[in-house]
This record gives sequence, structure tokens and C-alpha cells, in this order.
Amino acid sequence: MSIFIEAAIRAVFVFGFLLVTVILLVWVERKFVSDLQNRVGPDRAGPWGILQTLADGMKSFFKESIRPTNVEVALFVAAPIIALMTALLIFMVVPIGAPVEINGTEYALVGADLNVGLLYVLALSSMAVYAIVFAGWASGSKYPLLGSVRASAQMISYEAAMGLSLVPVVLFAGSTSITTIVEQQQGTFLGVFPAWNIVLLPSFVIFLISGFAETNRAPFDLVEAEQEIVGGYHTEYSGFQFALFFLAEYIAVFNISALTAVLFLGGWSGPVFGPAWIAWVWPIGWFLLKTWAIVLFFVWVRASLPRMRYDHLMSFGWKKLIPVSLAWIILVAIAIGIRDFGLPWS
Amino acid sequence: MGELIVFIIFATVALVSAIGMVLAKNPVYSAIGLLGAMFSIAVLYVLLDAHFVAAVQVIVYAGAVMTLFLFVIMLIGVDNREAYGPAVPAQRIMTAVVSIGLFAAIVLAGRAAWITGSNAFGTPDLNGTIENVSDELFGTWTVVFLSTVMLLTIAALGTIALAYFGTDVPDEEATL
Repeated sequence: MSIFIEAAIRAVFVFGFLLVTVILLVWVERKFVSDLQNRVGPDRAGPWGILQTLADGMKSFFKESIRPTNVEVALFVAAPIIALMTALLIFMVVPIGAPVEINGTEYALVGADLNVGLLYVLALSSMAVYAIVFAGWASGSKYPLLGSVRASAQMISYEAAMGLSLVPVVLFAGSTSITTIVEQQQGTFLGVFPAWNIVLLPSFVIFLISGFAETNRAPFDLVEAEQEIVGGYHTEYSGFQFALFFLAEYIAVFNISALTAVLFLGGWSGPVFGPAWIAWVWPIGWFLLKTWAIVLFFVWVRASLPRMRYDHLMSFGWKKLIPVSLAWIILVAIAIGIRDFGLPWS
Repeated sequence: MGELIVFIIFATVALVSAIGMVLAKNPVYSAIGLLGAMFSIAVLYVLLDAHFVAAVQVIVYAGAVMTLFLFVIMLIGVDNREAYGPAVPAQRIMTAVVSIGLFAAIVLAGRAAWITGSNAFGTPDLNGTIENVSDELFGTWTVVFLSTVMLLTIAALGTIALAYFGTDVPDEEATL
């Protein structure tokens, strides 16, 4: 099969998977938040309101996209597209299951197994900042601009913490390919515990916290704080352009959850039962189970924690997360050095 | 063939956005032009099979540096003409001389050897670009690498020291 056709099939599959997932995700979030807040939530469209997201999507598709008079048109139109594209592309390097053998050829269940997979994720998440910065600036009014200035400062700060939290994972696996990192977490430790990277607990916590900040989720949603700056960067957006931002944000949440599952919780590793022809389903199931557990954790945090103050956000990022990550990197590096080369005096 | 098409597209984008950066009246569009040029160069690195360099190019230049530029531009205010200060005398003539000199240097270097395509240095091991880079950095060039690290750390420390201890000049904002 031509390499281009295979790449196209993989890309279409990943995008389709994400779009179906995000429709479910919006519904799950609304239902789960409703449960936590002791109310019913959407229950009109379909059984348990499961068609609510589709209905909302249709509605926003047919609504007029209003364009205020003093916007910078090119950037105003480009911003939601950049947001959605970066969110979709990040998932390309996440393996969703063990390699599958079809007609004697082994296919990896991943969009593209890059040997710089983790760096690709960091690169694209730094591109995602531009969608918000462009949207805020091109809107030509003050609340979006405030939102986007907040966003650029916040995302630079927490990107540094996120990058540093991934260094111990790379040191541990000896590779930046996400597929290799997952394969290295197979099997068990001392015969009982799964050999997941969760042993790098500080990294896991810092990655998750900076994930909240990168996706602009509560308690780090100052970028779109309704009570202070209306809607932040998307104040002036309406109709389908707003829906694109909305989709991008939820895909970003799923991406961070999937990355957490893959990098720290062993990805698709887990027990496999049953006959050989059904065995390939289990890894995908384990991956989805872990990812959705973290998605629900995201929703739980959103329903529980109030928004941080801006100066607290900055000092937390720069004065706590980054020094802790640096100290942790040094500790892990020393430990791996001892593991590989023995004690320095022996 | 596919490689050539991608090269032509992104080389054009890089040139057009570099020219756009210089010609744009609005500093935000200048920054976006620079961003386009940086990103296209990253794509050219991918074509050369230098995946690691491409990723670093996007993270450092197109990501961190350009976000910082945009942040500062927006913080100062896009229409704030006074913030740019007086123009350097004979700026255009100096720019022309330096540009022509650089172009001549490139052409002269090119007469020695043009490096074209990903096979210029033999077929690289695709699954080992990071390993190759780190072997070179931490094996062959350890001293040079660590000296650069020291230099950058000292520069950062100097900036911090200036910001913290260089308060001999009376603080203008305090007197306002």
C-alpha cells in the first residue's frame, strides 16, 4: 500500500475517532457536573439527553457567525481553525492499542509513530497558544485582548513546567517515542504491581496540573473567566466559529487525559483474556478506561475548585512547579545513573 | 517527487513571510510573518530528516520566542509609536550593505558545495536522529556543549543580577 494512502487513512481515522469522542465527552461532562451539583442536566434530546451535543452542534452550524466591525478579518477567521487543527494533530502520536496483525503485516494502532513524539506534542501545544492570542487580538476589543494576554503568559509558564515534568519520563524510558514509552511500561514490578511510570509520582502530578493550565480548565480558566472578562478570547465569536473553539477545548482535554494515561498509567497495557481473535480489543479497552477515568477527574476538579487569582497562578507556576520539577529531574537522573553505572565509589 | 512539492511550497512560504515581516506596517503582522518563516524552516528540516532539529525549532523559536514577542507587542500596545525610539541614522544604507554582504557570503559558500536533499550525508538512520544528536553533544563535543550551557546560564544570572541589584538609577515610576 502506498505510504500516502496509509497516512491518509490513519489521519482520517484519528480525526473521526476524536470527533465522535468529543461529542460523547461534552455530554459526559454536562451529565457528570450535573450529578456533582445535584441537578438533572440535559435530558430532552434522546435517552438521558445523549443527543444534546449533536443538537447543539446543528444549532451552532445554522446560526449566523457575527463579525464585529473592527476585527482583523484574516486572523479572526484563522484563529478557530488553528485551535481545532492543533488539537486534532496532537492525538496523531498517541497509541490507542497494541499492534494488530492483519494478513501477516503488523500495524501499529497510532496515527504516526514519530521518534520525537513527545517533542512533537510539546511543539503543537506551543502552537495552540497562537489560536488564542490571534483570536484575542484580532477581535479588536478589550476583553478578548485581556484574555489573550493572560493566555500567552499562562501557557508559556505552564508549558515550561510541563516540559520539565516529562524529562524524567524520557530519562526513564530512554526514548522520546511515545510507542516506546508505552512498550517499556508492559509487565509487572516485583510480580505484583504494574510497571507503570506512575512511580514517577511528582512528574505525574506536575504534568496533570500543567495539563489543567494548558487546556485552560478550572481552576486555571482565567483566560475565559466569565465574571471578569466576559468570555475572554472568544467573546466576539458566535455560531460555528465559536463551536470550533469549543470542540478544540474539549479535544484538548481528551488529549491531555490520553497523554497522561499513555505516559504514566501504562497506556494500553493490562491483562488480556479470551481467544486470540478477540485479544486485540483488550488493550484498546484498557487505554480508553484509563483515559476516561482521567477525563472524569478533570470534570470532578472543575466542579470542585474555585478559580485561582492571577498572581497566585503565576507564582505557583514559576516558584513552586518549576523548582520542584528541576529538583525531581536531578534526583531521577542520579537514580538512573546509579542503576546503569553503579555507585560512584564502587 | 512529493518531497520536492513540499519543499517548493514551504520555501515559498518562508520567503513570502520573511518579506512580509519586513514590509508589514503593523508589528503584530511582522511577528506573524516571522512566525510563518520559522515554521516553514521547521518543515524544511523535516524534509532533511532532521526531526529533532525541526521539533526544537518549533518549540523554541516558533513557540516560546514568538509567543514572547507577541506578548510584549500586545503589552506595549500595537499603536504605541513612541515606544520604538528614534531611528538609527543611515539605517537603510547599512541594511543594504549587510544584506548584500550576507548574500555574497552564501553564494560564495554555495560555490564550494550545495547540500541538497536528505541523502546529502548518506542515508541517515531515521530511528536514531535524537540518539545521534545526543551522542555528538555528550560524546564528541561535551566541552563545547557545557561551555555554551555555562555561557547561557551566566547571561541569565547577569540579567537577574541587573534586575535585582542595579537600582542605583532612581526608579522613575516611584517618583510619578
